[in-house]
Amino acid sequence: MEITVNGVVQSIAAAEPDLLSVLKSNKIEDPQMVAVQLNGQFIESSQYAETILSEGDVVEFLYFMGGGSR
Amino acid sequence: MINFTTEQLNRYSRHILLQDVGVEGQVKLCRARVLVVGAGGLGSPAALYLAAAGVGTIGIVDNDQVDISNLQRQIVHGTKDIGRSKVESAAEAMRAINPDVEVRPLATMLCADNIMEIIKDYDFVLDGCDNFPTKFLVNDACVMAGIPFSHGGILRFDGQTMTVIPGESACYRCVFRQPPPPDSVPTCSQAGVLGAIAGMLGTIQTAEALKYITGSGRLLTDTLLSFDARNMDFRKVSLRRQEDCPVCGAHPTITELTDAEQTVCALK
Repeated sequence: MEITVNGVVQSIAAAEPDLLSVLKSNKIEDPQMVAVQLNGQFIESSQYAETILSEGDVVEFLYFMGGGSR
Repeated sequence: MINFTTEQLNRYSRHILLQDVGVEGQVKLCRARVLVVGAGGLGSPAALYLAAAGVGTIGIVDNDQVDISNLQRQIVHGTKDIGRSKVESAAEAMRAINPDVEVRPLATMLCADNIMEIIKDYDFVLDGCDNFPTKFLVNDACVMAGIPFSHGGILRFDGQTMTVIPGESACYRCVFRQPPPPDSVPTCSQAGVLGAIAGMLGTIQTAEALKYITGSGRLLTDTLLSFDARNMDFRKVSLRRQEDCPVCGAHPTITELTDAEQTVCALK
């Protein structure tokens, strides 16, 4: 199936991919490093493994960025 | 109404020419008060452009001294300033650009005990601090005080920013509930940052401050703008206020300010 991750269409081989595995396949090893929106709704990090994606879903990974000064 | 001198009309002529700013907008700028949090990578361009724009009162808060490793990106400071208080160094550069503006250097570290007293004197806060506890503190305090602010963060080739109008648009905690676990997210001092990224993001934040004051254009509210300068990809992600946000939601659970552990500072 195809989903859109951060604006780019990705093909997923799994029939019922969960959000956590999509995070991992996008090289986000520590789920705490991002906030995740699925179709415009934020998903709690505790729900990543249980959230199953469907065709056409839009996923956004919003990264923590703390730098500014040093 | 402020009566501009001929010199001021000349100084601000490129603003006055803008239909969206004009004399009225320049008067607003000259009466505005903006607080810059951090006299570092983001605060440097912000401080310089705010002063150049004639923003009437500019507070700048930072408790650090200028270090040689800052100079690759913190362009408000020069080689001669190494060892000086960052806010004193910044204030000198700002006054040199525009003696009209009142610069208030605040050589202190923002914390739960002093932030409300400091921010209450300002119309807009520009966050350019370097650590998550302070970013969350700035968010919570600005939401509680109802003061609009710009969030900014940079790392390596990346930057992100959003503008928050408390009570109207999504706040930082609507997106990021709590600071990330210590060490899970690298800092610029650990992972590096391309110097000009600080200029790119700091000037976007400053443009937001100027737009807010003059009421021009559309702000980055309910929007997280992020860019990756490796390929110069810019993206906007739409956000919404979260009803269950712990600080700006319907039933806030964060109702007073506390100091989180300064994990980033400990890594210095």
